[in-house]
Amino acid sequence: MAMSQADETETEADDADEDIVMEVRDARVQFGMSRGQAWVLNDVDMDIRREEIFAVVGESGSGKSMFASALMDAVDDPGVLSGDVTYYPREEEDTNDQPTTDDIGSFDEVGDNSVDVLGLDSSELQSFRWEEVSMVFQGAMNSFNPTMKIKGHFHETIQAHNAVLSERMDHVYDLFEALHLDPDRVMNSYPHELSGGMKQRALIALALVLEPEVLVMDEPTAALDLLMQRSIISMLRELRDEFDLTIVFITHDLPLVAGLSDRIGVMYAFEFIEVGDTRSLLKDAAHPYTRALLRSVPSIDSDLDSMQPIEGARPDPVNIPTGCSFHPRCPIADDRCEIEDPGLVSVDDDHTAACFYTDQARSELEYRLDHGVVED
Amino acid sequence: MSTDDTDADDIEPDGADEETQSETVGDDDAPLLEIEDLEVHFTPGGLIERALTDKKVRAVDGVDLTLEEKDIVVLVGESGCGKTTLGKAALGLQKPTGGTVKFRGQDIWEAKENPRQADIEFTDIRKAMQVIHQDPANALNSSRRVKAILADPLKKWRQELGPKEREDTIYRFLEFVDMMPPEDYADRYPHQLSGGEKQRVALGRALLMNPDVILADEAISALDVSLRVGMMDLILDLQETFETSYVFISHDLANARYLAKRAGGRIGIMYLGELVEIGPPDEILQNPSHPYTKVLRWSTPTVDPDIARKRINEEPPVRQVDVPDPEDPPSGCKFHTRCPEAREVCTREEPELYDDGGTEASCFRAVADHEYWNSEELETPEDGFGSAEIGADD
Repeated sequence: MAMSQADETETEADDADEDIVMEVRDARVQFGMSRGQAWVLNDVDMDIRREEIFAVVGESGSGKSMFASALMDAVDDPGVLSGDVTYYPREEEDTNDQPTTDDIGSFDEVGDNSVDVLGLDSSELQSFRWEEVSMVFQGAMNSFNPTMKIKGHFHETIQAHNAVLSERMDHVYDLFEALHLDPDRVMNSYPHELSGGMKQRALIALALVLEPEVLVMDEPTAALDLLMQRSIISMLRELRDEFDLTIVFITHDLPLVAGLSDRIGVMYAFEFIEVGDTRSLLKDAAHPYTRALLRSVPSIDSDLDSMQPIEGARPDPVNIPTGCSFHPRCPIADDRCEIEDPGLVSVDDDHTAACFYTDQARSELEYRLDHGVVED
Repeated sequence: MSTDDTDADDIEPDGADEETQSETVGDDDAPLLEIEDLEVHFTPGGLIERALTDKKVRAVDGVDLTLEEKDIVVLVGESGCGKTTLGKAALGLQKPTGGTVKFRGQDIWEAKENPRQADIEFTDIRKAMQVIHQDPANALNSSRRVKAILADPLKKWRQELGPKEREDTIYRFLEFVDMMPPEDYADRYPHQLSGGEKQRVALGRALLMNPDVILADEAISALDVSLRVGMMDLILDLQETFETSYVFISHDLANARYLAKRAGGRIGIMYLGELVEIGPPDEILQNPSHPYTKVLRWSTPTVDPDIARKRINEEPPVRQVDVPDPEDPPSGCKFHTRCPEAREVCTREEPELYDDGGTEASCFRAVADHEYWNSEELETPEDGFGSAEIGADD
């Protein structure tokens, strides 16, 4: 099993110069509902680059959490995931800082080292999920066992993966330092003795204990105060630099990732409709939905009248509109948009959008970013 | 601000409501809602622990706030700052341990405990003050249709209405909250509604009582970003129609600004049970006096990638990131443990709200000749994270 099909993928040639850590092709998740088949991930293709911070932004019911689950083959049961998810471990010469015992995973790695994630059996998946790709869920700080000290959670995880305890615990101390946690105090506390922000940081450290390449985070700061939220965001960039991580950050909150991410992918109706370099995407969005979303974000600096809600209702997963899924709400849609699916096309360097009329969108649909009033 | 109760009838959306309006006439000159030196203290722990300790959580600690007719106040603060408890105490849902809450001059707890002496009955006060909760999904009974959910308050409080009139009233209110066609929505169950629609049903239900005050506790933050501005606009439009006053509770300065600025209201900043600054939105955001308001302002993310990228490397303008233990709040000014401007005097003396031109702020820095300016500066701890947490919950 575990054969990579990447060679056959047509986009392979374009990506040759980029170091890809995860590749998603034709990922589709379907649920059987009484009203019909619901598609909650609709033939998604995406490359995640090594050591980038990739933000997946979408409103509720856009499929963003489903994309995160698909990366780890963790789609919940009635849902059926099809397509390909391929993971590329770091090349040998890059892994000199990793102990070799770590690299001999229990899953099959074929000649080119790539791993077919959807082909892993359950025990292979278990080690893959902690040792290669790890995840921090929304509200997950409440997933600590309340009767076990924080230390116990770390020991349990390390031992379940047959890693050397003392070696791993040294790594944990490095992680705690990077996350501004006092190891002696936090390790000997029960979860209820810690604040929400401390629990969430301890959980990030736990997710990184087996040195995964990729960290997937689904709304990791949603339940926290503004100041703690901002502090964790700053720490994530430091963590990435210090531990050579790739971070996939899933959120509904566009301003939250404006300073954090290298690239942003905007999801609408269960697919990516615009993907680009953070600065290019926010400064000059090309898709009408992204532009409408940017215009609707309440901000503390912009003119009140420049903030407008998006007209219309979000699409029904059982009945996704034909052609461009945004056409019923799009102010510049025409007949073509009702029939033909635009697909992602390049609009700028490292910036793609799924729209036939990106030039028109950019000139006709206005939005303004904050004025950037700088306080003392 | 108009205190004339009859003018509501001119645009009365629901002709049968005169008596609700006239019943609640108390003192004509008194403000709609007047909160004075309000305190809500909780004693933590079980029976024995309570007997042995004098620890208290001061959820609300000496707050003064006045709400006029058609007024809007948005309370902003971090979780645990007491903003929800203040809201509940203001509406008579939580008994205060000190201070008073007056509705049109009538003390609402007096009205409840000594109904005979009350000018306004407690049930009328409660009817005049309605709540919208944070999570619309939990606020509506999932096994009942929208029609039944909205009929309940009418059956209880508007018994004179026959079934047909009741149905008409429900349809009219669904139209008010933009749910068209109302006949279609009335027959749905909550799970057949989107989050925004559920919140609008909750808003419609609160408005059915034609209240004078609505407390909206994080009513916006559970909605998708693209729906928030629309929901806020709807609430503000209905304020015009129904002449309702609102107390919003939010942790988000951007939403607070939108609401307060559109409606000409005020933003109140809360910290550890105290109102630390209050004023018009532009003054609060552009010219804040209290260092804590500046912290909140700094923490609010911006969507401009250039500014956001620059700010991500800045150190937060606090000496400690974590909020102190509310069971054991700091002496003097409660913010002094985190305040970058704190001096020695702040550790022992408690500031009150001082008028600082644009806003009122409880900070000595608002007083030009205060001894603060000659007081010694405090040392800054090395790491704002570690040290804050060690003291936090031992």
